[in-house]
Amino acid sequence: MDHPIQTDYLRWIVLLPLLGAGINGLLGAILQRQFGKRAISFVACTPVVISFLLSIWAFINLLALDPEKRFLIDSLYTWISLGSLNVTVAFWLDPLSVVMILVITGVGGLIHIYSIGYMQEDEAYWRYFAFLNLFTFAMLLLVTADNLLLMFIGWEGVGFCSYALIGFWYRDHVNTRAGNKAFIVNRVGDVGFLLGIFLIYWSLDKAGHGTVTFREIETFVPLIKDLEIWGIGVVTLATLFLFIGAMGKSAQIPLHVWLPDAMQGPTPVSALIHAATMVTAGVYMIARLNFLYSLAPSTLTVIATVGALTAFLSATIGLVQNDIKRVLAYSTVSQLGYMFLAMGAGAYSAGIFHLVTHAFFKACLFLSAGSVIQAMHHEQDMQKMGGLRWRLPYTHLTYLVAGIALAGIPPFAGFFSKDEILWKSFSHGLIFQWALGFAAAGLTAFYIFRQIFLVFYGSPRADPHTQSLVHESPQIMVLPLLILAFLSLIGGSLGVPEVLGGSNRIEHWFEPVFGSPGGHENAPVAMEILLMALSVGIGLFGITLAYLIYLRKTLVADTFSSLAAGVPYRLLFQKYYVDELYQFTFVRGTLFFSRVGAWIDQYIIDFIVDGSAKTTTFISWVNGLFDNYVVDWIVNKIADSTFGAGDKFRKIQTGNINSYLYVVLGAVVLAIIVKLRYSG
Amino acid sequence: MAIGLTHYLVIGGILFTLGLFIVLTRRNAISILMGVELILNSANINYVAFSHFSSGNVEGQIYAIFVIMLAAAEAAIGLAIVLSIFQIFHTIDVEAAETLKE
Repeated sequence: MDHPIQTDYLRWIVLLPLLGAGINGLLGAILQRQFGKRAISFVACTPVVISFLLSIWAFINLLALDPEKRFLIDSLYTWISLGSLNVTVAFWLDPLSVVMILVITGVGGLIHIYSIGYMQEDEAYWRYFAFLNLFTFAMLLLVTADNLLLMFIGWEGVGFCSYALIGFWYRDHVNTRAGNKAFIVNRVGDVGFLLGIFLIYWSLDKAGHGTVTFREIETFVPLIKDLEIWGIGVVTLATLFLFIGAMGKSAQIPLHVWLPDAMQGPTPVSALIHAATMVTAGVYMIARLNFLYSLAPSTLTVIATVGALTAFLSATIGLVQNDIKRVLAYSTVSQLGYMFLAMGAGAYSAGIFHLVTHAFFKACLFLSAGSVIQAMHHEQDMQKMGGLRWRLPYTHLTYLVAGIALAGIPPFAGFFSKDEILWKSFSHGLIFQWALGFAAAGLTAFYIFRQIFLVFYGSPRADPHTQSLVHESPQIMVLPLLILAFLSLIGGSLGVPEVLGGSNRIEHWFEPVFGSPGGHENAPVAMEILLMALSVGIGLFGITLAYLIYLRKTLVADTFSSLAAGVPYRLLFQKYYVDELYQFTFVRGTLFFSRVGAWIDQYIIDFIVDGSAKTTTFISWVNGLFDNYVVDWIVNKIADSTFGAGDKFRKIQTGNINSYLYVVLGAVVLAIIVKLRYSG
Repeated sequence: MAIGLTHYLVIGGILFTLGLFIVLTRRNAISILMGVELILNSANINYVAFSHFSSGNVEGQIYAIFVIMLAAAEAAIGLAIVLSIFQIFHTIDVEAAETLKE
C-alpha cells in the first residue's frame, strides 16, 4: 500500500461551507436586518464557490500524478483512540471522491446562486442558506471521509439538513409531517448502516486488525473472507446491512416512501438534496466499499434486483401523477434504481457515471420546474398549466434539453450513462433485471414527455388572471439553468463507449479505485450495438406515444385509465398503496402499543398507587382513633404545635420548579461545603 | 500547547455552569430539558477525561455511554411530560404548572 500524499488544503474544501453555515446560522438574523439579504447571499455562496475552485485544484493535482498513486490525504487529528479502535479525522481524495466533490460543489454552487432568486421573498432567508451550507458541509464530509465512522457523521448530517429543509415552511403541518416522515424512514436505514459498521469492525477485530478506515479494510478484508456467523458469510451480512442503509438514504423500494413527500420543501432543496446529491449517498457508499461488495455476489444480486424493481415500479407510478414535482420525484427514485442496478452488476464506474449525468439533468429539471412553479404563482398541478412555451422561452429550452437527456436519446448525457448500465447488466447475465431496466427506459421517455407536453405545449388551462401574470424568471435563476442544460447536453462525452468510437474516459479514470473492467470484452460488439439501438427505439416509442396522447390527442388518455375498470390506473395513482400499508401496519401498530401502555398506566399502575394511598388513609384513620380516644389531650397539644410547623413549611411547596431547583442547588452546595470542611 | 486533563475539566466545568444556568433561569420546559442535557454531557466529559488520563482502561468511556443512553431515555420521558403539560395548561411555561401551590 503506497503512502498517500499529505496535503493541507483538502480541509478547506469541507470546512468552508461549515464556516458559512456558522456565520449565517448564528448571526444571520442580525446580518439580514443590518445589511439586507445581499450580505446573506454573499456569506453563503462565497464558501461554496471557493470550495469548487479548490476542488478543481485538487483535481488538477490528482491528474498530475501517476494513475496508481492518485491519493491525497489531509489528516486533522485523532478522534477516537480506544483499545484497538483508532479513528482519525482525515479527508481523503481519490479518483472517486474527487468526482463527487466536483459535482457537490459545482451543482451545489449553481443551486446556491439559483436560490438567491428563488428565495428572495422569504423572510427566513438566512435560515434557508444556513441549512443549505450546512448540508453542503455534511455532504462533502460524507464523500471525503477516510473511514466509516466519519462518513456516518456526514450521513446523519445530510439527513438532519434534509429534515430541516423539507419542513422549512414549518407553519404548514403538511411540511413538518413530510420532514418527520423522511427522518423516521431514514432511521430504519441508519440502523442497518450502523449494524454494518459494527459487524465489519467486530470481525476485523477478531482477525486481529480492528479498523474502520477504508484503506485498511481493503487491505485486511481477505482475513475475514471465510468468517461465518449463523451460517452466513460475515462479508455478505455486513454488505446487506450497509445496503439497508443505502436503501433508506437513496429511497429504494420498500423504503422509498419518504422521497415523494420530501417535495414539500423549497424546490432548489429538492434539486440539490433530493435529486443531485444526498440521495446518491447510498450509491456512493457502495462504490466506496466496492472491494467488500465484490466479495459478496449474493448481496450484489439482491442490489441489482432491488434496483431494477425500483427503476421499473416507480417509473410506472410516475406515468400518472399530476403534480409537476412528484413526477420528477418518482423519476429520481427510478433513476437511483438504475444506479443500484449498475452497482449490482459490478459496473461501479457506470453507476457513478450515471450519478454524475443524473445530477446534471435532474437538477436542471427540478430548477426548471421551480421556475415554472414560480411563474404560475405556486401552482403545481400540471392539469392547470399548458402552453407555457412562449411565455417561458428559457425554461422551456432547459426543460426540453434535460428531458431529452433523461429520456436517453443520443447524444445527450443520459443516453451514454443509462445505456452503459443496461449493457453491463445484460453482459453480466442479469437478464431479468435488464428487462425491467429496459422497460423502465420506455416509461421514462413517456412520463417526461407527457410532462413537457402538458406543461409547455397545447392550450393554456390556467385561469386568465394567473395566465396574464406568467413571466420568465430573473437572470440569476436562468443562468444556472442554462449552465446545467449545457452540461446535460455534453456530459455524456465523459464516457462514450468504445463501440461508438469513444475511449470511455470515465471508466479509465476510475480504474485505480474499481480495478480495470474485464470479462465483457468477449461479448459480441454487434450485440452491444443492437441493444443500444433497442433502447433508443423504446425511448423514441415512449416519446411518440406521449405525443399522440397528450398533444395530438389521436389516442385518448381516458381509454387507458378506464382500462379494466380503471384498476391498474388507480393502483398507479395511489402509488401501489404502500403508504396506506405502512399506515395500517407500522403507524397503527405503534399507536396500538402506546394505547396498551396508557391502559397499563391507567388501570394497573394507578391501581397500585391508589391502593397504597388507601392503605395510608386507613392507617391514618386507625392512628386518628388512637389519637382521639387514647392519648387525646396530650397528643392534641403536640399536634397543635406540629400543625403550626406544617402550616409554615407548606409555603415551601410552591409547585414552582425553579424554586425547587434553587433549594436543590443550595442543598448540594451546602453538602459540598460540609464535606470539604469535615472530611479533612 | 499540549492539551491535558485541565483543559477537558475546564470545558466540562463551563458546560456544567451553562447547563445549571439554563435550568435555573429558563421557564420554557424544553429549554430546561436542554440544560439538563448539557449537565449530563459535562459529566460525560469528566468521565472520559479522567478515564483517559489516569487509569488507561475504558471504564469511564463505558459509563459515558451509559449516561448517553440514560439521557436518551430521560429526553423521551421528559418530552412526554412536556407534552402532557402542554395538553393540560396550553403552555410549556413551567411557572404555569403550579397547581400544587396552596
